[in-house]
Amino acid sequence: MSQQPKISAQGLNLTFQTNDGPVHALKDVDLDIQEGEFVSFIGPSGCGKTTFLRCIAGLETPTAGDLSVNGMTPDEARRSRAYGYVFQHAGLYPWRTIGGNIRLPLEIMGYSKADQEERVARTLEMVDLAGFEKKYPWQLSGGMQQRASIARALAFDADILLMDEPFGALDEIVRDHLNEQLLQLWARTKKTIGFVTHSIPEAVYLSTKIVVMSPRPGRITDIIDSPLPAERPLDLRDTPEFLEVAHRVRDGLRAGHSYD
Amino acid sequence: MGRILPILTVLAGLVAIWYLAVAPMNVRVALDTVERAGVVVTPEGSVERRDVSVWRLMAQNREHVAAGYTLDRPRLPTPAQVGAELWKTTGEMAAKGRAWSKRSLIYHSWITLRSTLWGFVLGTSIGIIGAIAIVYSRVADLSIMPWAIISQTIPIVALAPMIIVVSSQLGVENRGVPKAIISAYLCFFPVLVGMVKGLRSPEASQLDLLKTYDATGFQTFLKLRLPGSVPYLFTSLKVGIAAALVGTIVGELPTGAISGLGARILIGDQFGTPLAIWAALFAAAILAGILVTILDLTQRLTLGRMGMRA
Repeated sequence: MSQQPKISAQGLNLTFQTNDGPVHALKDVDLDIQEGEFVSFIGPSGCGKTTFLRCIAGLETPTAGDLSVNGMTPDEARRSRAYGYVFQHAGLYPWRTIGGNIRLPLEIMGYSKADQEERVARTLEMVDLAGFEKKYPWQLSGGMQQRASIARALAFDADILLMDEPFGALDEIVRDHLNEQLLQLWARTKKTIGFVTHSIPEAVYLSTKIVVMSPRPGRITDIIDSPLPAERPLDLRDTPEFLEVAHRVRDGLRAGHSYD
Repeated sequence: MGRILPILTVLAGLVAIWYLAVAPMNVRVALDTVERAGVVVTPEGSVERRDVSVWRLMAQNREHVAAGYTLDRPRLPTPAQVGAELWKTTGEMAAKGRAWSKRSLIYHSWITLRSTLWGFVLGTSIGIIGAIAIVYSRVADLSIMPWAIISQTIPIVALAPMIIVVSSQLGVENRGVPKAIISAYLCFFPVLVGMVKGLRSPEASQLDLLKTYDATGFQTFLKLRLPGSVPYLFTSLKVGIAAALVGTIVGELPTGAISGLGARILIGDQFGTPLAIWAALFAAAILAGILVTILDLTQRLTLGRMGMRA
């Protein structure tokens, strides 16, 4: 491919020093993510999927290897506000309204008042929360809070969206609904998305590329380019193609597990 | 009503226990008083009665137990007597336009309140600034915190005279100054501890979020740590203001002060007028109640405006 990858990791290693000795959170990770891809990271806990996402975000520093985001180091990318990050818990500030929470990054980045208003309204619309601007977080359901936190990550012009198990704490029905919405959002915004999950159907349903990881040491065991079409209704999950991909993911996870 | 009922129940219980306690507490003084008036009591003579238990005295002189409830200088005044004394030295004097007389508890309460508020402002400022230093500097965390804890282990009654001596040596004329310092000394600690906890209350992910925005340290303080600490601040302020009041009263005890609630308590003790002590004590309690209530209402209002459920 002639295009330079949006995110590129070469021989990435990260070792945490703990009281019980060094822990290999990431070992020899190689991965290229092209612009506009939807990449899921899946694996059991301790496989380094969240750590890898945090490395991309510049929240962790790899101990060896090369990592570039938008052609910059992760730290430079963070400083240039290249990505929006969605955490597992919505983490909305309880003293700010939904609108105020979405405005937070805009205030910090120094957007003008008029621009802030316009962007808050637009992103609320995008996540289907129009009319909730003046509500406080505790007045919203868990799913709505998570949508607000996605809106917060979309409010400024980052073309990368990093999501760390954003729907992990939600029930299956809400999760299905949000998955569908997320795909529509991705189709509309053409962002590059890195998505951490431990749900096989979620990973297969959402992604153009699925990265299967396994623990001790955290490493990539399989990278699957999804053959599924771009248009994905929820009942796609009952088709043989879908089940085949899911099967391959499951095999990859099992292979990683037989290690210990 | 759901909140007031339990409080009133406890209050009624306390008043009942108090009334019951008045009889044994006052029986000796009561018997001395009626004997002086020529009534025969058993056994005769206050010296004879010294070794007899109050319970036996009450059993043998049932008709005089009631006299213990109307004494001029009781060991333990009844709630009604304290209430009457309190009214006499506040409302009644205010009605006569003598609220600022040296015998009025309104005047003495004001003297105490003034020092308390200065001490509260000083102590709260020190507490908040100290907490910010501790949260942002590891050196401050290691150096300030142990001393702050040690400072609270020194009995304030031992320290108060020293502060007063030092301030008069330094030529500080205003008697309110050393009192305010003693008051601040007690008040800063809860504020410091509460604010350290409050400023550290944001979770790691909330701090990470601001890092992904490349927020400056000052923005993190202003937009996350400070608002996050507000509920903790108010809780500490309520403890702090009560501590500040206690500090001021303690500061008034050993100074030979002639005004302030602490001075009233001391004078009441020296002149053997328990009613004055109790009235001053209740004035202090009422003052503390008012101050804490004001802070509580401010807390509800502030947290309500911040959208947080108080």
